[in-house]
Amino acid sequence: MAEPHGSTASGHGLPAASGPAGSGTGTATALLDVQGLSASYGPVRALDGVSLRAESGRITAVLGANGAGKTTLLRTISGLVRPTAGHVVLDGEDITRAPVEAMVHKGMAHVPEGRGVIAELTVDENLRVGSLFRGKVGREEFDRVYDLFPRIAERRDNPAHTLSGGERQMLVVGRALLARPRILLLDEPSLGLAPRIVAQIFGLVRQLVDSEGLSVLLVEQNARSALSVADTGVVLNLGRVVVTDDARTLAADEDLRHAYLGF
Amino acid sequence: MEEFLSLTLGGVVNGSVYAAFALALVLIWRSTRIVNFAQGSMAAATTFIAVAVIDSGQSYWVGLIVALLAGLVMGALIERVIIRPVEGGPELNAVIVTLGLFIAIQGAVALFAGVNQRAFVPPFSNIGYEVREGFTLLSLSPNTIWTVAAVVVTMLLLIALFRFTRLGLAMRASAFGQEVARLLGVRVGRMLTLGWALAAAVGALAGLLIAGDVSFISPTFMDQLIVFGFVAAVLGGLDSPIGAVVGGLLLGLALNYVRGYLDDSLLGMASLVILVIVLLVRPGGLFSTTPARRA
Repeated sequence: MAEPHGSTASGHGLPAASGPAGSGTGTATALLDVQGLSASYGPVRALDGVSLRAESGRITAVLGANGAGKTTLLRTISGLVRPTAGHVVLDGEDITRAPVEAMVHKGMAHVPEGRGVIAELTVDENLRVGSLFRGKVGREEFDRVYDLFPRIAERRDNPAHTLSGGERQMLVVGRALLARPRILLLDEPSLGLAPRIVAQIFGLVRQLVDSEGLSVLLVEQNARSALSVADTGVVLNLGRVVVTDDARTLAADEDLRHAYLGF
Repeated sequence: MEEFLSLTLGGVVNGSVYAAFALALVLIWRSTRIVNFAQGSMAAATTFIAVAVIDSGQSYWVGLIVALLAGLVMGALIERVIIRPVEGGPELNAVIVTLGLFIAIQGAVALFAGVNQRAFVPPFSNIGYEVREGFTLLSLSPNTIWTVAAVVVTMLLLIALFRFTRLGLAMRASAFGQEVARLLGVRVGRMLTLGWALAAAVGALAGLLIAGDVSFISPTFMDQLIVFGFVAAVLGGLDSPIGAVVGGLLLGLALNYVRGYLDDSLLGMASLVILVIVLLVRPGGLFSTTPARRA
């Protein structure tokens, strides 16, 4: 599902000329280190020894077709799916067996596929849920999120089910930010959104990464947009990592794009 | 006119008790999407616990507090031990489990307290005020005022909990978005346990209020109330505490008019007719937001 034209967050088209700012593989600064992760749904093996590293202050994009195991990967990292083998290490701490509820305490916020707003709660209440585990949180942190996303600020007292798809995505990203994560797991944020909105959201994520040192593990089927914003790309196929490389190198590799990325 | 006034007041009193019971059902439905058919026998059990306390020489108020605490503990235990394994599974499993629980608890109460009816003395007089020479409003007595006040205060406390506290927000988030709530660090399991505990405590209050109203209790004395409470909850949309209270009051009024103008024996049937009509005309209840949400 490639977009008609390359309207992307960072603005520049593909392929880009400049070289990688950091290698995609194996530096010592990996914030999230996934080692040989496997997971199954009954007899169906969804992940087969996946290893990848998400580095501090960078966007790592996991790409691949439907059924490649992208969503399962994120769900296994955050504990919603229990792995059959492998380890998840966050900043040196093995969190493979940690309960889902503990992840956000450890600095990891997972924004699930399909927007994940709590439809019955208002916009403001949804945001407050994001900061619940931190105890009392100053109003200025909410105002900051509303400044980032003025469109949801106008709707703050409306129930979340009245929001549009783009507004919902802004809400869940804003809510995750209120958890003050070090790493944000974003599952298919572009799904069903207009290219303009996708560019806006990706641009904002990039901005947060650059200005605040946030790290992002981004799962996307929309490889073209994702690679334009990411630093590193990991291509997944049938539960295995096919290739890991600098995002621009991947975007420039025509054979790879045709074979796995659909653009 | 006097008869109408009397029936209306009586309807409000009965309705407030149905409302309390419906509140208990709604609390559980919201948190775990289970209709707790055992609510009636759980309330009967806590009422008998209160009676045992009162029999031992303590006041009604000590009995009430013990019953509420017993409700909290029983609700939490039942959720943790019996309901947790069927949560999130097929709905029918949970229904069968709560039906089984209903029978088991009722049997246990009968075992300890016997199957015979026994008298229950309400905390305040059940004798109606004489509003004017020769006209006594039977349904306006110190005890009915206490009954209505207790339900209203309980409802206000619950609304305050859900609307203004972080705990209430965590409970609502757990009820409406379990997975998201867990990902955001909310201890969803605890919130569900708390939902059941609160529900059982509200049910315990309803049990004692009814006992004071009818003056006789037996292990089965709450059985009819589960029907009324359920109809009231459905009337209010099953999801909404305010809906439960309004549904309870409407049902109380409707049934009291049936009782007064038609016949006592029609009560059960009338409540089911109302249930069928609501399900046909507004299946989401009077306060439902569901259609807007599903759209």
